[in-house]
Amino acid sequence: MDGMAGTSSKLTWAVHISAVLLVALWLFPTVGLLVSSFRTADQISSSGWWASVFSSEQRTVIRTVDPDDFRIEENSAFAVTGDLFAADEEKEVIAWGTSSREVEAYAPGDLVDLGDGESITVDSEGTYSWKGNEEQLSGRGKRVFATVVSPPDFTTDNYERVLFSGDSTDGMAKTFFNTLTVTIPATIIPIVIAAFAAYALAWMQFPGRAILIASVVGLLVVPLQLALIPLLQFHNNIGIGKGYLGTWMAHTGFGLPLAVYLLRNYMVGLPRDIIENAKVDGATDFQIFTKIIIPLSFPAMASFAIFQFLWTWNDLLVARVFLIDATGETTVMTNQIVELLGTRGGNWEILATAAFVSIAVPLIVFFTMQRYLVRGLLAGSVK
Amino acid sequence: MADIKLTDVNKIYGGKVHVLKDINLDIEKGELIVFVGPSGCGKSTLLRMIAGLETITSGRLEIDHEHVNDVPPAQRGIAMVFQSYALYPHMTVRENMSFALKLAKKSPQEITESVDRAARILQLEPFLDRLPKALSGGQRQRVAIGRSIVRDPKVYLFDEPLSNLDAALRVATRIEIAQLKEQMPDSTMIYVTHDQVEAMTLADRIVVLTVGEGIGQVGNPLQLYERPENEFVAQFIGSPAMNLLPGKIIATGKQTTVRIAGGGVAVSDAPSKSSDENLKVNVGVRPEDFSETKGDYIFEGEVDIVEALGEVTQLYFKAQKGGDPIIGKLAGIHSGLRGETVRLTAEPNKVQVFHEGKSLYYR
Amino acid sequence: MHPALQGLITIIIGVGGCLGYFYFSNQILDKVIFPPKKNDAGRNINRANAVRPWLFLLPAIIALGLYLAYPVFSTLWLSLTDRSQDNAFVGLANYNQMFNEPKFWEAMVNNMLWLIVVPAVSTAFGLLSAQLTDRIAWGNIAKSIIFMPMAISFVGAAVIFKLIYDARPVDQAQIGVLNAVWLQFEGGTGSFLFLKLLPGIIVLSFAGIVSYIGWLTLKPLLPGETNQGGGLMAIARLIAVVITAYIIVRSLLLAVGIMSSSLPYGEPQQWLTLPFWNNFFLMIVLIWIQTGFAMVILSAALRGIPEETVEAAIVDGANPFQVFFGIKVPQITGTIVVVWTTITLVVLKIFDIVFAMTNGQWETQVLANYMFDKLFRANDWGVGSASAIIIMLLVSPILIWNVYNARKEMQ
Repeated sequence: MDGMAGTSSKLTWAVHISAVLLVALWLFPTVGLLVSSFRTADQISSSGWWASVFSSEQRTVIRTVDPDDFRIEENSAFAVTGDLFAADEEKEVIAWGTSSREVEAYAPGDLVDLGDGESITVDSEGTYSWKGNEEQLSGRGKRVFATVVSPPDFTTDNYERVLFSGDSTDGMAKTFFNTLTVTIPATIIPIVIAAFAAYALAWMQFPGRAILIASVVGLLVVPLQLALIPLLQFHNNIGIGKGYLGTWMAHTGFGLPLAVYLLRNYMVGLPRDIIENAKVDGATDFQIFTKIIIPLSFPAMASFAIFQFLWTWNDLLVARVFLIDATGETTVMTNQIVELLGTRGGNWEILATAAFVSIAVPLIVFFTMQRYLVRGLLAGSVK
Repeated sequence: MADIKLTDVNKIYGGKVHVLKDINLDIEKGELIVFVGPSGCGKSTLLRMIAGLETITSGRLEIDHEHVNDVPPAQRGIAMVFQSYALYPHMTVRENMSFALKLAKKSPQEITESVDRAARILQLEPFLDRLPKALSGGQRQRVAIGRSIVRDPKVYLFDEPLSNLDAALRVATRIEIAQLKEQMPDSTMIYVTHDQVEAMTLADRIVVLTVGEGIGQVGNPLQLYERPENEFVAQFIGSPAMNLLPGKIIATGKQTTVRIAGGGVAVSDAPSKSSDENLKVNVGVRPEDFSETKGDYIFEGEVDIVEALGEVTQLYFKAQKGGDPIIGKLAGIHSGLRGETVRLTAEPNKVQVFHEGKSLYYR
Repeated sequence: MHPALQGLITIIIGVGGCLGYFYFSNQILDKVIFPPKKNDAGRNINRANAVRPWLFLLPAIIALGLYLAYPVFSTLWLSLTDRSQDNAFVGLANYNQMFNEPKFWEAMVNNMLWLIVVPAVSTAFGLLSAQLTDRIAWGNIAKSIIFMPMAISFVGAAVIFKLIYDARPVDQAQIGVLNAVWLQFEGGTGSFLFLKLLPGIIVLSFAGIVSYIGWLTLKPLLPGETNQGGGLMAIARLIAVVITAYIIVRSLLLAVGIMSSSLPYGEPQQWLTLPFWNNFFLMIVLIWIQTGFAMVILSAALRGIPEETVEAAIVDGANPFQVFFGIKVPQITGTIVVVWTTITLVVLKIFDIVFAMTNGQWETQVLANYMFDKLFRANDWGVGSASAIIIMLLVSPILIWNVYNARKEMQ
């Protein structure tokens, strides 16, 4: 459309600006989470995450070191020198003061006369030098009110704590593997079952085919909420109770309508001639399926696999009902996060990190396989 | 190789639509038979029934004297070339050509030999390791043919194999198929097309199928052109279609004389009996068999449109009430005829006479 | 056994079992039950081919039947029985009890609100972003970013938005974006423009669109117009018009309410505890997720529009807005309906967001969470199942419509 007659440049600009705004609006929430996961608890609670990517200006009160211990005698005068900041902190003092009423009274480097020969100076790197007589330099350290600019400061401590500490309340490592354990079989098994059914529905002639296809379309929208209690009863009756096996079976059942529907629609679109030619070549239905249909249906199977992966990875309801028992040994990431929201509602560094760990894998899958995802969406929705 | 025999074959879809009616056909070993017919006549369906891809509603199909109605395609000893080529897109040319042999559990050595031989015949050797998507239309077509050669079938079936090619390539591939047939004089081939030129140039015999009325005529190409059995075949073969002029027989004998309604007199070599006098008939003359005359004429009319094509000039006359316009095709350039009244005549052996749709030549 | 190992074994047994089942059942069919012997080879092959589809379908039919079809009936039965009375049949008592609970009606009303707002806003944003991103060079990147939330779990999104809605006491730095922005407003002209006029205009234009749809629905019933589809269709149209009229009145009242409200400037708000409005803060999460879906589908539809129709309109002198609303949108109406219904389905089943963010407190209950509460907290299977049946009933018009379309397409 760019450059088409009837498109004015003003409008083009408006389009670009609106698009930038829209994208920013959509990206902003996720970035907030990501940034927060790299900040310490103190940083998170003292300023909004958006402030952290810029140098932040803070007012702090710091005491000099204890003069009784550290003062040095020089020509009957005493001096205490030191640094307001720890050695690895890259902070800069832009103003300072000695009383809480005038916190920005002096510029860095100013030598301030405190009366009776007592003086103090603080330079921009935080080095101070406090001089005076024995009496003046005694007791507690001198308070310095500094306005400090600190550069963006991020830490990976949260990730270490969440992933590697082995802490049972905050740790996500175990739940990560639990989720993975749920997800992979629950993604692969329905594809196999659905592929055969889809082939039969697409390319085999038998009475009742139309009704079966219509039922699949109908089951596509049946809310899985209906299935919870009957299936839990069923699982208890056959003795598998709560656990992975039941969860895999449930995910398989719930994912099948979409799988059959997507794959059948795709397979129906394969050229009839190719399949007939294979028949003339002497292939049986089973051979046509494995040697022709499966290799050609790869894009559709990839689409469904992504859907099913995202859905099982992100699922909370099925896991809570069919998997997680009283011991909590099999808890999945989504559930762990919900628990954290309850127990650690204020600890954003843990929450943000845990949440980001759980969404990182889907995001990677999303960005690498987006092509198939889009194709699957289009096949599943647009007639 | 094989001969094919169809006896009273019918195809009815859903118990209602009668696509093919009472097809009786003997195809001899080594023949190249072409099925033509208007769209919807079931020519592809007939081919697919011979292939085993469609069930036969009633009747009997024999290949090589064996009753094969219920035999699956692979066991009929046929190979088929599809309009869309139907190459397996995920296999290389070599894999495409060896697929059937692998399924038949032939030894690897045998497979390689067959594939190489077919590739040599079709000049496909440089492309054996390519995927179909890296081939041109003509090359894909050759792979499809090669795939059938490899299987060394009794019968080759071609379903409109050239219609996806552009005009120039179509002519070239047509000649290739003709040459291929020369190289394999024993193989039986059945070829479906809607293109008359393909039918006329390739066929040993042509089968003209009607819509829902079974076979119109079976014969060699020139027979169909010169002596059509009925009005349907007469009008289907040849372009523009044969003119039909209604009239009444006024003289019978070795030759038949017909007075054309509202016009002249036509003399035909078709024989007639004396009882045929006053019989209502249609006289058929091909546009290209008309010539201009000043004397006795078959048709006289005012020229409505003149199409000068250089080698020929086509004259369109105003349609008589309700009928198709009469068309004359005169050799060479004739200018200034528009609006003129022109008289046309034709040689007696080029004039057909049809009574109730059937030609008098075939009584 | 370690679960990962168990998972691996399950994959092998599951996949291998499926493949083995298919392979061997086909072998048995072809070699043992109907071997193609000399005399009746053809007949036996045909018989085998009549059985084979069912071999292919069997596992899927069992799984679908057991995990989706059977539970529908089982839940229906559960909703008519009482667990505490030894699963005795109690008729509609559970429904009666449910209809007398204010929490149920709260959930119903909230769900209706979700049903109106989320599909409408997501589709509108989707259409807007599709149109915008299709016209720019970096459109694909923009699309990826807007589409990205699709991959994020509802729970993850809940955390993300809880951070956005976070509130701190007034004397501390706000770490939630919304409160940080909110505290910038202090009641001046800017506040009026952004917090009263703009929302008012949005609500009013929503009312405008709804009235237009209502008018289109009503039009065929007016004298002088032809109403196709007979009496049933006329009744459906009338019902639709009444509903739209109700929505219009409510939106107008809402707009007046927004314009005349006095806002507590300068106080950080606990957004998720503000009754009525907190529903919208929850909806934003779903809109954020679903817009990308709408955009992807609608963008494909927009690109599918024949370029000639657009060019013809430009030659006819249409400006870009006329081209968009007059030429493009009418041509993708079918797709808009598909997107709308798909999002509607998601909304009807919405659970995780509410569960994780408010758990239905502060008047944010929705049906799916109400059901979960009943089933697993109150252990009242009767009422829980009854509410599941309500969700099923709400879904069923779409179900019937889809099946109807699928059947039409196959003929």
